[in-house]
Parts: sequence; C-alpha cells; structure tokens
Amino acid sequence: MSAPVSSGTFAPAPGAAPLPRQVLAQARMETRLLLRNGEQLLLAIVIPLIVLVGGILAADHIHLNTTGSAVDTLTPGVLALAVMSTSFTSLAIATGFERRYGVLKRLGASPLPRSGLLAGKVGALLFVEVLQAIVICVVAIFLAWAPALTPAAVVGALLTAVLGTAAFASLGLLVAGALRAEATLAAANLIYLLLMAGGAVVLPTETYGAFGHVLSYLPSGALGGGLRQSLLGQGFPGWHLLVLAGWTALGALLTSRTFKWE
Amino acid sequence: MLVDDLVMKYGEKVAVDGLSLSVERHQITAVLGPNGAGKTTTLETCEGYRKPQRGSVRVLGLDPTAQRRELLPRIGVMLQSGGAWSGVRAVEMLQHMASLHAQPLPVPMLVERLGLADCGRTPYRRLSGGQQQRLALAMAVVGRPELVFVDEPTAGMDPAARRTTWELLQELRGDGVTIVLTTHYMDEAERLADHIHVIDRGRLIASGSPFELTRAAGSTTIKLVVTKPFPPGAPASLQSELGDLTEVHPVNEHSLLITGPADATTLAKVSGWCDRNDVLPESLNLGQRTLEDVFLQITGRELTV
Repeated sequence: MSAPVSSGTFAPAPGAAPLPRQVLAQARMETRLLLRNGEQLLLAIVIPLIVLVGGILAADHIHLNTTGSAVDTLTPGVLALAVMSTSFTSLAIATGFERRYGVLKRLGASPLPRSGLLAGKVGALLFVEVLQAIVICVVAIFLAWAPALTPAAVVGALLTAVLGTAAFASLGLLVAGALRAEATLAAANLIYLLLMAGGAVVLPTETYGAFGHVLSYLPSGALGGGLRQSLLGQGFPGWHLLVLAGWTALGALLTSRTFKWE
Repeated sequence: MLVDDLVMKYGEKVAVDGLSLSVERHQITAVLGPNGAGKTTTLETCEGYRKPQRGSVRVLGLDPTAQRRELLPRIGVMLQSGGAWSGVRAVEMLQHMASLHAQPLPVPMLVERLGLADCGRTPYRRLSGGQQQRLALAMAVVGRPELVFVDEPTAGMDPAARRTTWELLQELRGDGVTIVLTTHYMDEAERLADHIHVIDRGRLIASGSPFELTRAAGSTTIKLVVTKPFPPGAPASLQSELGDLTEVHPVNEHSLLITGPADATTLAKVSGWCDRNDVLPESLNLGQRTLEDVFLQITGRELTV
C-alpha cells in the first residue's frame, strides 16, 4: 500500500466536508432551485395571496359563519395553505424529479449522508416558508389583520407550522418515493387543490357543517385549525398539534418503509 | 479492490454470475464487455448501491455496503447518465459537489480542463450529451478521490471530447488516482487501460494487460471477407486445410477470422482454399489480434452489438 508521493494537480486528498457545512450547502442549493422554479413560486406565493385578497372581498357577499373579522379568520388559513404548498406539493414534485434524474442516486454516492440530505431539504423548506410568511403577513397587515400576539399564541402558531411542515413533508416524500415523477406531479397538485377546497385549511371547520368535525382529523384541518386557534387568541392548539404529530409519525413510518431512492 | 465470486440477479435474470476480479492501485482498469454483460451492476455493487447476493466485494479494503459512510468520501463516482437537477447550472452543480468535500479541486480549473467554460451557466437539461458526461466526470473527481469509478465515460462523445476525457483520466492515474472504467469500446480499453477484464454474460472471460490479451502466443489475425456467402461447412473445411496451428472463427456469413501465425504459407493456403471452393475474397486483412478478435474468439460473438 505504498502510495507514490504525488504532487500533481489531481493527487488524492479525499475527505468529507464537516456535516453542518454539507447540510448548509444542500439547503442553499435546494432553496435556490425551489425559488428558481416559476410554477412553484406561483404555488407558494401567488395562490395564497389570491386566496387571501379574494376571500376578504368575497366575505362581504357570502356570509361566513365566523367569530372574528374576515382578514383575522382567513390569514392564519392562508399561512397554513402556504406551508402546505411548500412542504407538501413543492417538496413532493422536487423529490419526484430528483429520483427520476438520478440526483438522489448521485448524492447517495457523495459524502452527504441521507440524514444530511433530509436536513438540507428541511432547511430549504423552512427558509422558503419564512419568505412566504413574511409576504403574506405584510399583505394581511395592510388589510388590517390584527392577530393575537400573546406568547402562547406565537408559540402555538410556530409549533403548529413546524409540526404541519413535518407532517406534510413526510406525506410529500411518501408520494414522491412511491410514484413516478409525472404521477407525483399530478397527485401532489391534485391533493393540494382538494385540500385547499375541502380540507379546512383556509376556512374553519365550522363552515363545513356537520362534516367539519371529520376534517379536523386531516393534517390540513389540523394545520389550519391550529394556526387559527393560536392567532385568533383562542388558546393553545394542543389537540391540533396531537393530530399533526400523529400524521407525522404515520407519514414517516410509511415513507421509511416504501421510499425508493432510484 | 477485490470482487470475489459475485452473483447478482434481477428476479430470474442473472446479471453477474460468479464474477471474480481484482484491481491494482494507481492503475487504469477497464471492465470491457458488450451491453448487458453485467458491467454496470458490478460497478454499482462496488459503489455500495447494491448488496452482493452472493460473494463479496472489498473496495480500498472496505465493505461498500456496511462501511459505506467511510468509503464514500474516498471514491468518486461517474454515473452512466443523469445525476444532476434539470434546472441546475453546470458550474453550480460542480460547485455544490465540491462543497461536500473537505479539500476539493479548484472548480474553475476543472471547468477549464473539461471544456465546460462555454456552458457553465447553462441549465443541465440544455447541455448536450457530451457536456453532461464531462460534467459528470468533473463531479466524480472534484473531491480528490483515491479511486474513481467511471461508467461508460465516453459513450456518444465526439472525438475531441473523447480525447479530452482520455487525457484527463491518464493524468489522474499519473497523479496516483486508481481508475476503474467500464466500456464497450475496445479502442478505449486498449488505449487507456493498464489492465483489462473482459466480461460477458456476467462472467470474466479474459483478463490481462492489453499487450497480453492481444499478442498472446505471438498470434496474429487474418480477416477474410468474401463477396457472396460462404458455402456450408466453410469454417470446418478451411480449418482442416490450415491445420492445428491456426484457428478459424466464423464472424458472419460473409467473413471469417483466422488466428495463428499469419505467414506466407498460411496466406497461400487461404487463397488456395478460396480458389478451390469458388469463393471470391473481397478483402484479406492481416493484423495484430484486437480485443474485438479476442472477444469473438472466446464467445463466438462480436463485441459491438
């Protein structure tokens, strides 16, 4: 094993970068790619804003059975919608195509471990969600949004957003790891639209009548409900967090059993 | 690197069938064989993508699946295709791979060496096939690995890009990097490799340096191509005409390969046989045995399918 001492350009000097640096690089790369994709930006920013502004304008015409003002009720739901679009739809589509184009395979032979890859993805998701939240909150404040800002409300909202991200990300990866890229694209968009319309994300469960109770068990209902409960100052969303934790566990378990890297 | 009695199956189909081979450090080793011979499966088992179903594999003394995390930073992998996001720019992708390593090569130098400067800002999906391959090679070497696996590095490349790739691989070897490449181009194996393993249907059928393989027993070849199909039984009849010192291998209905001493006597016998059998030669080529001939001789089939 006597390696000839070589001072050439390509002389071997192998080694992995420190894990935090790898994760950061991966998160930055994925963030750039997410923001570069036009359709995903539409999903992430434009649709939630249309729902917010359109919902407030329409609230005068269709009488919403809610306690607070239209903007106070709708904004938490629109934030929930934004979380869902990024952590579920964008993540599923991006990961589906990463599988298709052999990106996951190639990264699988790089020093970046799978846990680091996952951490990088989570980092990118959280960064994009913060951007979305800033835009939505600024617009909502212009529309006279007055959220509850007690410590309990803020902590409840943040926990809901984080657990909601975890739940939807695990479900997004479940779809991406099992279906072909095109099927993932279709399924992720379809599920997003169905949940937006009928999943109690934007509108409170009460507005769905007798069916509403069932919806609160969905990750969409729990995410929207938890953010509303917190930001409308109606207390700590313990029940919603429990539902989201349950979905996270289920999604993670199924994903770890079914995810195909190639 | 050692592969010992490796067996890999996809369902009923046997891809690798009891393959054993070894790779010396600081050399270029080519795994040569036709498409579907089991080259990629073997390589991917060495890279830790698949667990050996039977037999064992050791790379740099490590088990590629059990000790994968230890092994991966030390090797570089060039996949046959893909491996980058469709929207990522060429240099951005290379930069990203570099950032996962402790002491990567300077990215601008690699970009320049592999002629990627013109397309550095081009999204991956708009790169030509050859550019994508050169990027994949750059990604494989950017981490300064000890061992590089390259899978069909020049398939579909134009001649200039092929030369650039070959030069880079030779320089890597010169600087102490071990290279394992798969190819179905015999000229690539013959020109680049220090050692060649010829595999077919998942088995090792020949092994040695290009010199050993092609100049074995001083034999040379005569390739006889005729204008109309040979009469039935032609190879056997020519074989008995030429005697035991030579071997006759049918290539197709218009050509035959004769290995053995290509001296004046043999040539005279061949032309005499043509005359008596009413066969009109279109060409009669004398030459050193090529890897193509070696493959044909062992398997009875042509390498390039």
